[in-house]
Amino acid sequence: MFACLHLPDFPVAAMMRLEPGLRRQPVAVVDGAPSLERVLAANEAARAAGVEPGMALLQAEALSGLKLRRHSLAQEAAAHAALLDAATAFSPRVEDAAAGTVLLDLAGLGSLFGPPEKIARALAARCAALGLECRVAVAANPEAARHAARGFPGITVIAPGQETARLGPLPVDILEPPPEILETLDRWGVRTLRALAALPAVAVAERLGQAGVELQKLARGEGARVLRPVEPPLCFEETLELEHPVELLEPLAFVLSRLLEQLCARLAARALAASELRLTLGLEENVSSFTFQVSREPSQPETRNVKRETVHERQIRFPQPMLDGKLFLKLLQLDLQSHPPPAPVIKVTLTAEPAPPRPGQAGLFLPLAPEPEKLELMLARLGRVVGEKRLGAAELLDTHRPDAHRMNRFKVASPGSRVGTARNVKRETRNPHARLAFRRFRPPLPARVQARNGRPVSVFFRGARATVLDLAGPWHASGEWWTEQGWAREEWDVTLATAEGSASYRIYREGNAWFVEGEYD
Amino acid sequence: MTPALLRARLQAALGDRFPAALSPAARPAPELVSTGVAAVDALAGGLPRGALTEICGPASSGRTTLLLAALAEATRRQEACALVDAGDAFDPCSAAAAGVELARLLWVRCGDVSRFPTQPETRTVKRETFFLEQALRAADLLLQAGGFGVVALDLGDVPPALACRVPLTSWFRFRRAVERTPTVLLLLEQEPCARTCASLVLQLQNKQSAFSSQHSANPSLDPTHARLLRGLRLQVEVVHSGLRKLPRAAGIEFESCAAWAG
Repeated sequence: MFACLHLPDFPVAAMMRLEPGLRRQPVAVVDGAPSLERVLAANEAARAAGVEPGMALLQAEALSGLKLRRHSLAQEAAAHAALLDAATAFSPRVEDAAAGTVLLDLAGLGSLFGPPEKIARALAARCAALGLECRVAVAANPEAARHAARGFPGITVIAPGQETARLGPLPVDILEPPPEILETLDRWGVRTLRALAALPAVAVAERLGQAGVELQKLARGEGARVLRPVEPPLCFEETLELEHPVELLEPLAFVLSRLLEQLCARLAARALAASELRLTLGLEENVSSFTFQVSREPSQPETRNVKRETVHERQIRFPQPMLDGKLFLKLLQLDLQSHPPPAPVIKVTLTAEPAPPRPGQAGLFLPLAPEPEKLELMLARLGRVVGEKRLGAAELLDTHRPDAHRMNRFKVASPGSRVGTARNVKRETRNPHARLAFRRFRPPLPARVQARNGRPVSVFFRGARATVLDLAGPWHASGEWWTEQGWAREEWDVTLATAEGSASYRIYREGNAWFVEGEYD
Repeated sequence: MTPALLRARLQAALGDRFPAALSPAARPAPELVSTGVAAVDALAGGLPRGALTEICGPASSGRTTLLLAALAEATRRQEACALVDAGDAFDPCSAAAAGVELARLLWVRCGDVSRFPTQPETRTVKRETFFLEQALRAADLLLQAGGFGVVALDLGDVPPALACRVPLTSWFRFRRAVERTPTVLLLLEQEPCARTCASLVLQLQNKQSAFSSQHSANPSLDPTHARLLRGLRLQVEVVHSGLRKLPRAAGIEFESCAAWAG
């Protein structure tokens, strides 16, 4: 058995996928150069209201209540990809028959999904979850299933041997015959498949040739062609072209929510998760000054005066594959709050990099660690508070330059892994004494040092003078003298008298200037 | 019949049958984890999970030494830890030497001057207050996310007068956030400020800075370049403990040892 998924009025169906609110309203899709725009497709409600494909835009606009949308090839491609995803969720043998039409082989699926009627209902439900109201037909051969899907609404299941009887009422033009044959059949008064199937085969061959014989076979539901399976590409991209430029984050979040919902549904259909999200915002051109507002409340007057880019791209990588639309939306919102687009947005494209989902069940006795989804959200929020570059896991650099480190993105280290440092640090494993800690002043505090016989006797910093009680040094340290960032200094460890008693500091001299680097604590 | 008498009678009659309904829920004793310093563990029993612990003391009192020891112990247990550094004073090199696995430590650095509003009309608070608020918000986010073994809030460089002005409701919210979780919440500061919200308050003090000397009888004879800061002699005292009864003025001394001193 074979099943066919077919989306009637495909351009309209592709558009409605991202605007489900228009599903019961008369909608038409227009295409063409400005002032020459014509209706490309219309849904059933629009056709009932008098809209016909090919109608001029002005005529269509005269009809009250009709919603008009621009034709979008990107939306059609995404809708077709979603249809393929729905079919691939059931069978690995899927044929990409035409735009908005997909065939799949149901052989061997009975033990998994039940009888053909149940499979057809499950297919329709899967498509509905992806925002597609498609027709489903099941028949013994691909062509019969395809013609049934194109001709009958809803779910159609044709039992083997019943093809001629079930397809009979359908019009002949559903077979898409060449125009001259269609004209001949019309002259003969043959307008349904039943009438074409009833004609004598030899007479049809004599008058219409081989093409006529093939058409009659199709009309009888006798097509026996082999399915041409394809491997649907793992491309998860959703695009929405906006009618009006968006200047606020809140309405943009609604758009992103719709796109993410579709992306997550498609990934779930293929049993995949996202390891990366890429957001591309098409920007309005010829904007001289603009402020993208992250909220409706009055914000700080930060107006961008120069706009050169036409797209604004953002990328969010996840340490582990994830599939949570709400989390993705929050992360994108936080990212856009930190990096707002420099002009009003007119087009939104969201791409997900697919990856196998991580194993669902963790061990019972794993050490404490935040959940990856919560951690990502928390890091994004922390980035808003303190700055993205000021949080993470520190990594020591392989140099003797003081305070040489870099910040890496914080990830939950896997249990049992022990991450070493690049630097030759004497690492403690289990110390009998606590290790003396050092607190840095960033930047080092400028100081005035009074010396006697080359030894500091008092240090003036933070607005107060302190007497040196004890000291050790100096130690000369230098490095990277072969580069422009070379450094050389003379360090002292001093214990200073304080109000609480005493405190130990590290001071150093660079050239003729003295600094307090930090305190021992 | 007074309500108290009625209640007493009801308790006497039904207390055996419905003990949970008539008595407050028993609070289980919190799990204690090691501070990483044996002397402090012996004194205070350890750091309580699901509670707020304050580590107080002036400069060079050993607060950061105790913090790093606790972080090292937690990362040794392979737990994820977080440090909110209000004054941007954390030294990764010193932490690595103390045994902290830096890859398991989320370091949140407040104190970025570039984020402080520069224009006078938008600047309504002082810089220290701005960074303190940053640190409190960051700690709040970390505690709400959960999953960390230790969350440390380092207010060691925040003036005590400013730290004491943090509303008690903030500390109460933090305490509620970690309650019934396995997180150890550490607060590092100069003077206690969380008041009743803290389950354990440790006060540290520097007794002496220890320098090596070749002439122990008269250290002044040593050339200064031949001497080394060997460490600090520290005193720790339990100011308040809601975990167990301690003798008054319980205190103990321990030594911190510099990495270069062996």
